[in-house]
Amino acid sequence: MNNKVRIKIDGKEYLFPQGIKIIDACKEIGVEIPALCYLKEISEEGTCGLCVVEVKGFKTLQRACITEISDGMEIFTNSEKVHKVRKMNLEFILSIHPAECITCDADGDCLLQDLAYRYGISQSRFIDREILYKKDFVIPTIDGAGILLEEFIDEELKSKIFHIHRTISKYTRAWETNPFIKFYPDKCILCRRCVNACKNQALVDAIGIVNRGYKTKITTPFEIPLEKTKCQFCGACIQACPTGALIEKPRIGKGKIFHFKKTETVCAYCGVGCELVLYTDSNNRIIQAKGKEDSPVNKGRLCVKGRYGFEYVNSPERLKKPLIKENGKFREVEWEEAIDYVAKRLKEIKEKYGPDSIGLLGSSRCTNEDNYVLQKFARAVIGTNNVDNCARLCHASTVTGLGKALGAGAATNYIGDIKNTNVMFVIGSNMTETHPVISQFVKEHKKRKGAKLVVCDPRKIDLAEYADIYIQHYPGTDIALLNGIMKVIIDKGLINKKFIEENTEGFEEFLKVVSKYDLDKVSKITGVPADLIEKAAIIYGSAEKAMIFYTMGITQHTTGTDNVLSIANLALITGHLGSEGNGIMPLRGQANVQGACDMGCLPDVFPGYQKVSDDEIRQKFEKAWGVKLSKGIGYAVSEFADLIFEGKLKAVYSMGENPVMTEPDVNRVRKAFEQLEFFVTQEIFLSESAELAHVVLPAAAAYEKDGTFTNTERRVQLLRPAKEKPEGTKYDWEIVCEVAKRMGYEMNYKNTAEIMDEIASLTPSYAGISHERLKKEGIMWPCPSYDHPGTKILHKDGKVKRPNKKALIFPVEYIPPKELPDKEYPFILTTGRILFHYHTRNETRRVKAIETFVPRNYVEINYEDAEKLGIKDGEIVRVSSRRGSVEICARVSDRPKKGVVFISFHFKDTNANILTNPVLDPVAKIPEFKVCTVKIEKIS
Amino acid sequence: MAFDKYLINRIHQEKGVLSKEKAEKIAREEKKTFTGLYEFLSFYTFFKTKEKGKHTIRVCKNLSCHMDNGNKILEKLKETLKIDFGKTTTDGEFTLEETSCLGACALSPVLMIDETTFTNIEPDIIPLLIEKFKKEKIKPLKINISAPYGKFILRNVYEIDPFDIEEYIKKSGYQALKKAMEKGSSFVIEEIKNSGLRGRGGAGFPTGLKWEFVRNEREKPKFVICNADEGEPGTFKDRILIENDPHSVIEGMIIAGFAVGAEKGIIYIRGEYEAGFSILENAIKQAKERGFLGKNILGSDFYFDIEIVKGAGSYVCGEETALIESVEGKRGEPRKKPPYPSNKGLYGKPTLINNVETLTNVPLILLKGSEWFKQKGTILLSLSGDFNWKGVCEVPLGTSLDYVVNKIGRGIKEGKLKFLILGGVSGNIILPSQLNVKLNYKDLCEINKSIGSGAIISVNEKRCPVDVAKNIIEFFRDESCGKCIPCMRGTDESARIIKNIWKGNGIQGDIELIFEIAETMELSSFCPLGQTALKVIKELILEFTEEWNTHIKEKLCPLEICGNE
Repeated sequence: MNNKVRIKIDGKEYLFPQGIKIIDACKEIGVEIPALCYLKEISEEGTCGLCVVEVKGFKTLQRACITEISDGMEIFTNSEKVHKVRKMNLEFILSIHPAECITCDADGDCLLQDLAYRYGISQSRFIDREILYKKDFVIPTIDGAGILLEEFIDEELKSKIFHIHRTISKYTRAWETNPFIKFYPDKCILCRRCVNACKNQALVDAIGIVNRGYKTKITTPFEIPLEKTKCQFCGACIQACPTGALIEKPRIGKGKIFHFKKTETVCAYCGVGCELVLYTDSNNRIIQAKGKEDSPVNKGRLCVKGRYGFEYVNSPERLKKPLIKENGKFREVEWEEAIDYVAKRLKEIKEKYGPDSIGLLGSSRCTNEDNYVLQKFARAVIGTNNVDNCARLCHASTVTGLGKALGAGAATNYIGDIKNTNVMFVIGSNMTETHPVISQFVKEHKKRKGAKLVVCDPRKIDLAEYADIYIQHYPGTDIALLNGIMKVIIDKGLINKKFIEENTEGFEEFLKVVSKYDLDKVSKITGVPADLIEKAAIIYGSAEKAMIFYTMGITQHTTGTDNVLSIANLALITGHLGSEGNGIMPLRGQANVQGACDMGCLPDVFPGYQKVSDDEIRQKFEKAWGVKLSKGIGYAVSEFADLIFEGKLKAVYSMGENPVMTEPDVNRVRKAFEQLEFFVTQEIFLSESAELAHVVLPAAAAYEKDGTFTNTERRVQLLRPAKEKPEGTKYDWEIVCEVAKRMGYEMNYKNTAEIMDEIASLTPSYAGISHERLKKEGIMWPCPSYDHPGTKILHKDGKVKRPNKKALIFPVEYIPPKELPDKEYPFILTTGRILFHYHTRNETRRVKAIETFVPRNYVEINYEDAEKLGIKDGEIVRVSSRRGSVEICARVSDRPKKGVVFISFHFKDTNANILTNPVLDPVAKIPEFKVCTVKIEKIS
Repeated sequence: MAFDKYLINRIHQEKGVLSKEKAEKIAREEKKTFTGLYEFLSFYTFFKTKEKGKHTIRVCKNLSCHMDNGNKILEKLKETLKIDFGKTTTDGEFTLEETSCLGACALSPVLMIDETTFTNIEPDIIPLLIEKFKKEKIKPLKINISAPYGKFILRNVYEIDPFDIEEYIKKSGYQALKKAMEKGSSFVIEEIKNSGLRGRGGAGFPTGLKWEFVRNEREKPKFVICNADEGEPGTFKDRILIENDPHSVIEGMIIAGFAVGAEKGIIYIRGEYEAGFSILENAIKQAKERGFLGKNILGSDFYFDIEIVKGAGSYVCGEETALIESVEGKRGEPRKKPPYPSNKGLYGKPTLINNVETLTNVPLILLKGSEWFKQKGTILLSLSGDFNWKGVCEVPLGTSLDYVVNKIGRGIKEGKLKFLILGGVSGNIILPSQLNVKLNYKDLCEINKSIGSGAIISVNEKRCPVDVAKNIIEFFRDESCGKCIPCMRGTDESARIIKNIWKGNGIQGDIELIFEIAETMELSSFCPLGQTALKVIKELILEFTEEWNTHIKEKLCPLEICGNE
C-alpha cells in the first residue's frame, strides 16, 4: 500500500500514495472540490454530482469523491466543462430546495448556500411554470387532494409554491412528534448524508431512502414516528446535513450562527470526554452544540446529552447568591458573609472534634484544578485525608482491582484503538446508553471490519442486538462466568504461555482455583447455556487482538474488586494487554471522574495516586504546601452515613455532589445528613442534597469554566468557557481558596493554568502537562515531562507498573451477592442509568426536550414475570426492598432476564437507591448497587 | 433449491405486499434492518406496503404501446374500473397500475392482469376482459419470428416443446456442453474470443474478453449471472428465447460456468416474464434430472447449479451492478465501476454477467465453430411500432437496415417512415436517408449510432416527435433510481419542460435548457441510464427542430397530437 503514484492535477505533477480518492489528493494540495453528499468514510455514494472533475481519457466526468487515483492520471478540476456541470447540478438541487435563506435557521451554516453563492446561482430556472400562467394550477397536498392556486395565493409562500410539485413527494410526518429533531422535507436535497450518518456513525438505521427516482424521499420505515424507531437522537444526521433540512428543534428561531460566539470545549456529561463546539448568543445563552469534527476522541460525534444537554446552564433556576439556612429556611446572603460563616463553622468543628470529624467531597463534574484545590484544602487546611469523590460509587473497585493486578487502575488503551482490535468483549456495560459515542465506535468497528463482539449483561441491552455472542447471566455472577470462560480457554489451549511466563506471576495458584469452574457448574450459577460460554471463550481466547470493556456491571458489587481482578486475569492469561488493540477499558462514568481520582480526591492518596502513608511522598507535599500533613487514611464517602450515626463525622464540605440521591439506601443517608452539625455545598442548582445543607455556595457550571477534564482514556483536555458565569457565582476553586484564606491559609492562584502548573510540579504522571500544551491537543497521562507526547497505551509489551514489572494473576472465587432472592423478595433489582438522563437529573431535568421525552422513571420487567404478576405495560406498581419502596411505572419487555428488574436512579421519588443495599466491597468500599432483592406488587 | 433464499423472491412469495408487522418479521429473519427492508421494498414497483386489490392490472405506457392507441387503453381502463392509476376498486377486486414496457411490443398494446399478459388489446374489449378475467395457465406469447437467412439463434423457437428437455436433446442439445468439457476451459474461451461475439444486452462488450477476466480472478466462489431483465422499451427478443428455448440459455450458462470456474449460476428474470419464469424453472429441474446441472455434470467432477431470481419492476436493474445489488436484496442502485463485476460482483466475488441472447449464442459457436460465427453470426432484432410486420427477426450482422425495414418489416403502416429508433429508447434515431447503413458494430459506429439491444421502433410521418419525446422521457423519469442528482433531477426537469412544450406552455429557451440538461446528464450521471436518457430526445430535436419550434412559438402541435392528456 505504500506505493506512490504520479498524477497531474491542473497541469502540475504530484506524488500520492496509491488508493486515495481524487478529492483527498486535491484537498492535500489545497485544491478544494465542492461536494454536498460526501463525508469521508461516512457518506461516499457520489449522489450530488458536484465533485466531478475531468480525467483525461474518460468521456464522462469522474466523481472525485469515489474515484481512486491511478498512475498517470491527469485531472482537471476547474475546466469550463466541469464548471458548467457543477452549476447545472447546483441548479438541479435548488429546484427541490426553496431559496428561503432569510427565514432559515441554517443561514450561514449551509453548504448549499455557500456553493450557490460561490457559483453565482440565486435561483433555479426550474420552477413550476404553471404558476406563471396561473392555469388551473393545483397545489398538491400530502393526502393527494390538492387545492387550486387561486385559493392559496400567498406572496410569502411563493418560493415554496414555485417548487411545490418537486418538493411534495419528500413530505413525511415521521419527525413531527419527537422533541429533538426537526425535518423540513422541502429543504432536503436528497444527498443522503443523514441516512449514511445514521447507518455508519450512529449505526441505528432509523431513517432510510424511500421510493425511487424523482419520488425519492428520506423517511422512516412505514413512516412511523422517529421516536418509534431505534433513533437515539444523537443528531449525527443534523450534523451531517449540508442544509437546514435537519435541525435541533430547541434551536429553531434562536438566531443565526454568524451572530454566535463559537467555543471549543469538552462535554460535561460522561467520561468519554467528547470535544464539542458550543455556540453562544449575545445574551450569554448557549444555543447550539456540535461535535468537533477533528477530535481524536469523538470524531465529530455526540450523543443526545452532548447535543442537547447544555441547556441547563441557561436555566433561570441557577443559584446566583450564597444561601445560609436559618430556622429551616434559606436566606440569600452576600459572599463575604457566606465565606466568613463557612470558615467560622469549619474552624469551630475542627477545634471541637478534630480535623477528622470533617469529610470533604470532590466532584467528578468539576475540573482537575477544582479537585486539586479541594483536596489540598482538605489536607493542608482542614488537616484530614477524609476526602473522596463519587468515583467511590462507580470505579473504586477498578482502582483497587486493576491497581492490584497491574499497578495502575485506569483504562490501558485509547478510544481510537478500538479500530485496531479483532474482538470486543463487553461485560456489564450498557454502553449505548452510558457511553454512547464509544458504543458507536464499537458498532462501527464490527460493521466496517467485521470485528467480533461478545456482550455479557443481565439485561438484553441494545448492544446485545449487534453481538456475535450475547450472554445473559444473573446479576452478580460475573466471577463464575469469567472463571468458566477462562477454564475453557485453558482447556482448549488458548492461553498465551509466553506472555504468562514473561509478564505475570501467580498463574499456578490461579489454575487451582479456576479448574473447579467446569461449564456445568458455571452454567447453573449464571443461568447461561454452556455452549454460549464456550463459544464466547473461544472467540476471546483465539483472538489475535482483543479488548475488554466493562462498566458498573462489574464494579458495583461487594465483590467488585474481585470482579475486576477476574477481568484482569482473562486479559493476562491470553496476553491481550499492553499493545495496540489489546487492553482493558473500564469506561468511566462522569466527565472528570478519572481526573477527580488523579487529583487525589481519594482518602488514601495524593494527586497521581501517591500514597499518603508513604513518608517520602508526604514530605514532598508538606514541603510544597508548607504544612504538616496527616498520614492516616481517610474515610470513604460510602462510609459517611455510618460515621455520622456513630458521631465520628460532624461536618461535610461538598463540591457539587449529591449524596442523598446517589448513595445506597438514600432514606438512611438523608437521615444521616440531617444530623450533621454543619453541611456546606457548592452547587449550581438547589439539588436534593443542597436542600439539606446549612450553606449553599453558588458555583459556575462546566461550560463556563476553564481548566481541564481527564476522560476515560486518561486524556487530559482543556475546557474553555463558552459563556460568562452568572453574576453572583464563583468558580469552584475560587470558592475553596477564599474559604481557605479565611481559615488562615493563603491559596492564591491567578488562574487555573497556574493551578495546573502546581499539579504538574507535584504529580509525576501529570508532570509534562500545561494548559499551553493542551491548547493544541489533549494529552494522555502518564506524561512525565514537557517534551513527552503522552502515553496512549499503558503496560507496553506487558511490562506493568508493579515493582517487579510483572502483572499479578490473582485467583478469585465466586461469592454470591449479599442479598439473594427469597420468598418475600423474589426479584433481583439491578440499577443504572438511561440514555436520556444523567445521574441525579439536576442538569437533564432542566433540558426541556429531554425532560419532555422522558419525564418519569420506570421499572423494567420481563414479559413472563409481568404476566405471572398480572402487570401490564405502563401500569404503576409498587417495588419494595427491605429498605424502602417506590411506586413506579412498569415497562414490560424482554430486556431484563427473567427474575431480574431494573430501575434507574435519576428520579427522586422513584429513585432506585431508595431500595438498594448499603453493603460494601471490603477493599474498594463500593456499594452493591447492582444487586439487591425486591418484591413487586400491583397497586390496584 | 430454496426459491426464497433471495430476499426479492421472498417478497414475491408474499405476493409483493407486506404489512408493517410482516416487514418487521421478515427483516428480523433476514438479518436486515427494518429500515433497510423498507428501503428495498419501496424501490420496486411490484412491491407494496398497503393491501392491494385481489388482482393487479398493469398496463404498459411505453412507446410502442403508446403509439398503438395506448392512451385510449389507459382511459378506457380508468373509465371501466372508475378509478385512477395507483388506486383499487371499491369492491377490492382490481388495482390499476401503469407500468413500463412489458416486453411484448410486437403485440401492442399490452396489459397484464396478475401474471397473465393480454396482447393486441382493443379499447372496446376492456370491459369484457375485466369482467371475464379468470386465472388461467400461463402460456408463452405467440410473437412472430422471421429468419430469412436461416434460423440459428432461433433454431429451436416454435420447433420444440419448451417444457420437454428430450426434444431439446434430440436437436443436439447439450452437445456443446459435452464438447466444451472434453476440450477444456481454455479452448472454450479461445473459441468465444475468436468468434468476436459481443454482448447482446446493449453495451456490446466482447464476450470472450469478459469470460477471460472472470476466469483469471483468483477469488472463489465465482458466479455466472444470466441477465434476463430485458427492459429496454421495444425489446422482446430475450423473452422469445426464454419462453421457447430455455435449454439453450441454460446450456450457455453451464458452459460459461465451466469456462470461468464458477459453481453457481443465477438467472435474473424480470418479474413481468411469468411464463418464462415457470419455463426456466421446469427446464432447470429437468436439466438437473438429466445430470446437466448439479454434481458430477456429465460424469465429471464439475459442479454447477442455477437459481432463478425474479425482478420486481425496475428497468435500472438491467444495469449489471444494479442487478447485482437487487440479487443481494438491496435497492437496485448501480455501483461505482470500477471495480467491475468480473472483479468484484455478487457478494464481492468475481461475477460473469451475460445477456440471454449472448448465452444462447454460446452452444451455437461451440458446435459450429468460431470461424463460422465470425462469417455468419446473426443477431436478433425486435421490430415494433409502425411496421407492417412486427416481431423478432434473426439476421446476419452486416444486413442492411433497409432490408430489415422494407423486406422483413414489410414497410411502414399508414404512410411513410419518419424515423426509426434503433437500440431502444436509450439508443439512436435513424432517418430514412440513413437506411442503407449495415447493421454491424463498425458501420453503425461510423455514423455515431449503435445497435444497442437490437430493438427497432418505427415511427411514421403522422406522429409527432414531441409526443414521442414526452413518452420516452417519462419512461426514464419513472425508472431513474434516484441515487444521483443529475439523473433524478435531470429526467424530472426535462420531463416537465417537454410536457410543457407538449401542452403548449413552452417558452423561448426551453430547447437550449434541454440541451444544457442533456450535457450535464451525459457528463455526470452515475450510470448509463442517466447518461443516455436524453440521447434520442436530443436527436429528435436536432432532426425535427421546426416541429419543436412550432410547439413553442405557436403553442400548437402541427399534427394535432400533443396537448391532450
